[in-house]
Amino acid sequence: MPNALELRSIRFSRNGRPILADFGLSLAPGEQALLLGPSGCGKTSLLNIAAGLLTPDSGDVLLMGERMPARAADRDALRRRTVGIVFQTLRLISALSLRDNLALAARLAGQPADGIDRLLAELSLSHRAGARPRALSQGEAQRAAIARALVARPALLLADEPTSALDDANTDRAAALLVRLAAEQGSALLIATHDSRLKAHIPRAIQLAAAPDRVAA
Amino acid sequence: MIGLALAYLRDRGLVTALNILLIALGVASLAVLLLVSSQVEQRFTRDSAGIDLVVGAKGSPLQLILSSVYHVDVPTGNVPAASLDLLRGDPGVARAVPLALGDSFRGARIVGTEPPFLAIHGATIADGRNFATTGEAVVGAEAARTTGLTIGRRFAGTHGTGADGHAHDNFAFTVVGILAPTGTVTDRLILTTIDSVWAMHGIEGPATQKHAAEPHDHGPGDAHDHDHADAAEPKGAILDPRGGPAPDITAILVTYRNAMAAVRLPSAINRETALQAASPATETARLLSLFGAAFDGARLFAWLVALTGLASVFVILLAAATAREGDMALLRVMGASRSQAAGTVLLEGLIIAAAGALLGLAAAHALLALGASLFPTLRAVGVGPALFHPGELGIAAAVLGLGVLAALIPALKVYRTDLAETLARAT
Repeated sequence: MPNALELRSIRFSRNGRPILADFGLSLAPGEQALLLGPSGCGKTSLLNIAAGLLTPDSGDVLLMGERMPARAADRDALRRRTVGIVFQTLRLISALSLRDNLALAARLAGQPADGIDRLLAELSLSHRAGARPRALSQGEAQRAAIARALVARPALLLADEPTSALDDANTDRAAALLVRLAAEQGSALLIATHDSRLKAHIPRAIQLAAAPDRVAA
Repeated sequence: MIGLALAYLRDRGLVTALNILLIALGVASLAVLLLVSSQVEQRFTRDSAGIDLVVGAKGSPLQLILSSVYHVDVPTGNVPAASLDLLRGDPGVARAVPLALGDSFRGARIVGTEPPFLAIHGATIADGRNFATTGEAVVGAEAARTTGLTIGRRFAGTHGTGADGHAHDNFAFTVVGILAPTGTVTDRLILTTIDSVWAMHGIEGPATQKHAAEPHDHGPGDAHDHDHADAAEPKGAILDPRGGPAPDITAILVTYRNAMAAVRLPSAINRETALQAASPATETARLLSLFGAAFDGARLFAWLVALTGLASVFVILLAAATAREGDMALLRVMGASRSQAAGTVLLEGLIIAAAGALLGLAAAHALLALGASLFPTLRAVGVGPALFHPGELGIAAAVLGLGVLAALIPALKVYRTDLAETLARAT
């Protein structure tokens, strides 16, 4: 079975400044890893490259063994089929209720919507199903973002600083849920974070240094 | 994506409602203008069908047509009844039907005429029979409804067309027939014989005009124009063959026998007699062109209102496209294509425009229904709520098109959004 994610010799620079140089990474199906490093070291760029949202200067990106296409519409299609993303702040569509957000995510991914209630219950959000995003607390919103990404049942789940806005209790809870639910549905998980507390949940950590000369851990 | 577009519209419900209301106001104004102008034109055309020329007293030709064909104005005056013989003797005249106007019953105009009047508007008797002798009357379908007259009922006419005229208690009509609805002015009239009108006014015979000698109290605005001086001494009018002034009639509806008559008769009458000949087609066209200018001005204003609504759609969607940059990026990340993301904005414009158009058209028909039920004058010129006009589809299509146009630039803004840049800003 092909790797959920494979990055080969990735080079990426922004405004002439090298961010990533010859970076490589493999993530098997269902495997979980942390991408650790200080702010500005390229964690988010790396996740965006993995999702096909950024194009590297050189190197290959393979999702479930399929090379990232050059055409934007094809990249969108591949992402739709294989990737779910949890952002730090961009969590839900503002005009839709939590339930409608999950239903839309499932529909766009071509997944059935029958798992929504179970997922909401797992994340202790059943009572907030009809609420708009602005009515949710920070912890609820972050759990909702995890639900939104998981409902599409992606082969690869990418999470960018998913716990940065949360207190210790909520951080622990969100991380535990993310790890457990991703494992339950067989999604590979890559979390970009500077929060070393997450090491308690995911042993494999890939450290990115501030300098561009780095390799996979 | 329709669900998402509707969700965004609901999310800013008040603004959406105001947008829709503004567009609906413009559409309703446009539709009302369209319906009224077309209904009035249709009614005028129907009412004047079969009447080539109207002959009456000198005065405003438009007034003569309005009073004698459409029964919405006061007559220009009276003409001797002998004028009828003169016209009937003309080889160019196929049909000449006299009218004696000026009285009413509960707002329905009483028209002294002859049985062929029914043929002009294709009227048929629904119940009873046609009028034949003095005192007999048949009632148009709407007049029967508004006055409550039924077969066998007796009633006295009131002087003038207003409610404040004095009653002609000395003479009673008997209803002998009710007309089937025709969709023409006949529906609103009470028809009787010419000599019934004379008898109502105390004129016993064609050669005797007691009416002119009797003291008469005419209120201002009364329709019955008793030009006593003219009646006693008509200015160059056709004299009664018996030598005296003839009993008055108000007008004569003429149908030509041939095209030559159309060329010869009007000018001959206007030049050589004290009578006035007016063409319904010409006067109606003149009236409609006067209306038309007013309608054009109102239409321009209505478009301005509708365009203001659509411009506000543009402004609001443009602001929304910027405000929901993050939402659109997330939507793209979730797997929506550029076209789907931009499509939600286009759909919002389309939905607002469609709702405004539908609401506006419904409001226009409701407004006309209300207007027609409250104002008899509107009913009199044929204004009603029910009829759909194909032009309404044109208005709706134009508003929908403009709605899409208003949403196009905001949608393009969403379409062209660089996903990575937006995510870098938003996350």
